[in-house]
Amino acid sequence: MAKFFLRKLFQLFLTLVGISVLSWVVITQAPGSPIALTMDPKVSPQIIEQMMKNYDLDKPIHQQYYLWLKKLFTGKLYSFKDGRPVLEKINERIWNTLLLNLVATIIVFSLAIPLGVFSAKRQYSFLDNLGTFGAYLGISAPGFWLAYLLILGTVELFGYPVLGMRSFVTEDFTTVEMVMDRIWHLMLPSIILAIGGLAGLSRYTRSSMLEVVRQDYVRTAKAKGLPDDHVYYKHALRNALLPIITIFGFLIPDLIGGSIIMESVFAWPGIGRLSYQAVLARDYPVVMTILSISAVLTLVGNFIADILYGIADPRIRYG
Amino acid sequence: MNIVFVGSRPPQRVNQLIVSSIGDASFLNPILAQDSASSEINSFIFNGLIKYDRDLKGFVGELAESWKVKAGQEPEITFNLRKGVLWHDGKEFTAHDVKFTYDKIMDEKTNTVRRSDYELVKKAEVLDPYTFRVTYKQPFSPGLQTWGMGIIPKHLLEKEDINTTSFNRRPIGTGPFRFVEWASDEKIVLEANPRYFEGRPQLDRIIYRIIPETSLSEMELLTKGIDYYGVSPHQFRRMSEISFLNLYSQPALAYTYIGYNFKNPLFQDKRVRHAFTYAINREEIVQYVLYGLGTVISGPFPSHLWYYNPNVKPLPYDLQKARQLLAEAGWKDTDGDGVLDKDGRPFRFKLITNSGNDVRRDVGVLVQRQLRELGVDVTFETYEWSVFLKSFINAKHFDACILGWALSPDPDDYQIWHSSQIEKGFNFISYRNPEADRLWEEGRREYDVEKRRKIYWRLHELMAEDQPYTFLFSPLGVSALQKKFMLVEEGREGRKTYRPIKMEKAGLLYDLIRWYVPGGPVLEK
Repeated sequence: MAKFFLRKLFQLFLTLVGISVLSWVVITQAPGSPIALTMDPKVSPQIIEQMMKNYDLDKPIHQQYYLWLKKLFTGKLYSFKDGRPVLEKINERIWNTLLLNLVATIIVFSLAIPLGVFSAKRQYSFLDNLGTFGAYLGISAPGFWLAYLLILGTVELFGYPVLGMRSFVTEDFTTVEMVMDRIWHLMLPSIILAIGGLAGLSRYTRSSMLEVVRQDYVRTAKAKGLPDDHVYYKHALRNALLPIITIFGFLIPDLIGGSIIMESVFAWPGIGRLSYQAVLARDYPVVMTILSISAVLTLVGNFIADILYGIADPRIRYG
Repeated sequence: MNIVFVGSRPPQRVNQLIVSSIGDASFLNPILAQDSASSEINSFIFNGLIKYDRDLKGFVGELAESWKVKAGQEPEITFNLRKGVLWHDGKEFTAHDVKFTYDKIMDEKTNTVRRSDYELVKKAEVLDPYTFRVTYKQPFSPGLQTWGMGIIPKHLLEKEDINTTSFNRRPIGTGPFRFVEWASDEKIVLEANPRYFEGRPQLDRIIYRIIPETSLSEMELLTKGIDYYGVSPHQFRRMSEISFLNLYSQPALAYTYIGYNFKNPLFQDKRVRHAFTYAINREEIVQYVLYGLGTVISGPFPSHLWYYNPNVKPLPYDLQKARQLLAEAGWKDTDGDGVLDKDGRPFRFKLITNSGNDVRRDVGVLVQRQLRELGVDVTFETYEWSVFLKSFINAKHFDACILGWALSPDPDDYQIWHSSQIEKGFNFISYRNPEADRLWEEGRREYDVEKRRKIYWRLHELMAEDQPYTFLFSPLGVSALQKKFMLVEEGREGRKTYRPIKMEKAGLLYDLIRWYVPGGPVLEK
C-alpha cells in the first residue's frame, strides 16, 4: 500500500514537471511579447530592449524556466503587468472564484442526483422526457446568452444592479444587509454556472442508474419483494454513483478554475479573468503559476479519486 | 427580509462620480503606467510641473508656479515651484521630488517606456528646494510636454524597488484626489484631498468601477450605477434617447489610415496614391463603420487642434478623377477583364491589417470593394498583432496596410515621417521627402507656438500633396454623463453659481475639481 502511494506520488511529480516544462515552452514561444503591445512612436526600440533585459526575457529559454521556478519558490515572483507578487494576485482572486463555484457545485449536486434518479425510475415517462429536453436545452444554450437574458430580466424586474460581487457603496449597510447583498450578487452567476453542470450531471446519473437497475442483483432484490425505494436508493444508487467519483476528481481543479466568460459577464473579480488578462498581456509569471496550480490540483484530484475508488468499491485493489 | 428589500436600497450617494472602466488599472504610479485606465486615475492623484491648457495649445502651471525657457543651442527650462504644496501624507513637496522622479525614469532598472521622452535632456538639477532646471542637448520643443509627467514622492520611494513596491498600489501624490481603496477588477476609490493647493474638489469622491463588458456598463448606466461612461459608436443612438444623460463628443487624438509601402513600385507614383484617395469614399466609411461618429481628415493631425491646417480640404470622392489619374499613370484595362493593367501586369495588391480590430476589418472590406470599382484587384488579409508587426510591418514586407496612430497633443511626429526613421523607427512605409524632413526638424527645434503653427500647416499641405497615406478619419470620442453634474463657480459673497459642464479640447474631465451635484449630499430618492 505504502509502496503504491510512493510510486504514485513519484509519477505525479514527474507528470507535473512535464506539464510545467511543456507549458513554459508553449507559452513563451507563442507570438507576442509582454512589452510594448501597442505601437507607440514615442517609445524607442532601445527602451524595449532594456526592458526585455530587466524581465530576463533576453536569456535562453531554459534559464528563464529555471529563474521562474527559483523566483516562485523564493517568493520573488512578480507580475509583468503591475509588478505585484504573483502569489498575492492569485490569492486575492482564488477565494472569489471558490465561493462562486462552491455555491454552483452545491446547487448542481443537490439537484442533479435526485433528478437523475427520478428520471431513471420513470424512464420514458412524460416527466423524464421533459427532463431530457430540459437537459439538452441546458447543455446547448450558450451560457453567456442565458446570463444576458437573466441579467436583463432581473434588472427590468427589480431595477437593482446585479453586476460584481457586492454593491459597491455599502458603508450605510447593516451586517444583515451586507450578507443579503452578497447573496443577491452570488445568486445569478451561480445559477448560470450551475445550469450546464446540472444538465450534464443529471443525465450522467440517469444513465448510470439505468445501467445498474438492469443488473441481476437488482432484479433479485425486486424479486425478493424489497420495497422499490429500498431497491433504488439503498442498493442501486450506491453502485450507480461510483462513476461520479471520477467527476469528484475533476471537481477540485474546477472549483478554483474560473470561467472567463461568466466572470466577465458578471464583472466577477475571479481567477478566470485574471488568467485571461494575463494571457492577453503575455504576463508569463502569472500565466505559468496559475497553470501550475491547476495542474497540481488536477493531479491531486485524480489521486484522491483513485483512493476514493478503493474505499468505495471493494473490487479495486492497490498493487 | 427578502431580495426585494435589499433591492430597494438606492445604489448611490449623490455627491460622487462613478466612472466605468473596461479594464483594471495596472500601476498607480505615473512613471510606470502605460494603460489608459491607470493614466487617467494617476492624473487625479498626481500632478505634473505643468499641464496643457484647455485648448491643448499652451501650458499652465501645476506644481510649477511659473517657468522660463532660455532658448539657445542648449536650451534651459527653469521651473519655479509652488511653495507649501503637501503630499497626501503631509510632507512638503520640493524640487528634490522632481529630480527624484526624473532620476527614476532615467534609471535603466526602472521598467518604464517613458525614458525615450527625456533622451535629449543633458542635465537636470535642483537649484534650491523650489527651483528646478533642465538643460537640453539641443533645442527640443516637444520636451516641454514631458514635464507634465506626474511627480512621485522621494521620501516614500527612495528605499523601495520602484518596479514592485506596494506604493504602486497605495499611491501618495499631491493631486486633487487621494487614494482610498483598490479592489482588483472591482473598483478603485478616491476621495477629495482637503488640502489641495487649488482648493478642495467639490466632489467627495470618485469611484472607478471595472466592468469588462460594454453592453453591461450600458445597463448599469440605466440603473444609475454609473455616472460617466465612454460610449461606443453603436450605442450612440440608444444613449442619446435617455433623458437623464448628456452626451459629449469630440475628435480623438488619433486617426486611421491606409499606408502605402514606397518600396513597392506600384505606389511610387503619386498619381496612383491620389487616385486611391479619390476612389475611397471616406464619408461612406465613417457612415457605415463608425455610425457617423468620425471626421474625415486631410492630413496627419487631429482636425480640432491648432496645428491642423483648415485650408487643406480632404480630396472628394471622385471615381472619374481617380480613373483619369490612373490612366495618366499608364494603368488601363487593355484585355477587358475588368482589372487595370500596365505592361501586361494586372493591378493587384494585398491590403493587410491586424486581427481583433473590428473597425479596421470593416474599413478593409469597404476599401476592397471601392477599389474594385476602380478596376484594382485587392486581396485583404488580417494577421495576429505580433505576427503582423514582426513579419510584415517591421520587415517592410507588405503592399498596403490599414493602421492607426494615437497621438499626443504635441504635433511632433518626427518618428513617423522623418526619413531617418525608415531604418529603425516608425516610418515603415519608407516615405522620403527632403522638404518634409527639414520641416519636421524645424518644428521640434522651434519653441514659439505661432512659428510652429506655420511649420505644421506647411507640413500638412505637403502631406496632402504627397498622400503617403490615404488619411481616413479621426474617430469621435463620445462620453455619456448624468445630467445631475454641474460646474460650480464661487461668486461674490461665497454664492455658488452652477453652469453646465462643457467639453474642452483637453477633455470633459478638465474641470473635474469643480464638478458638483447640486442638492447633494443626501441619499437619492
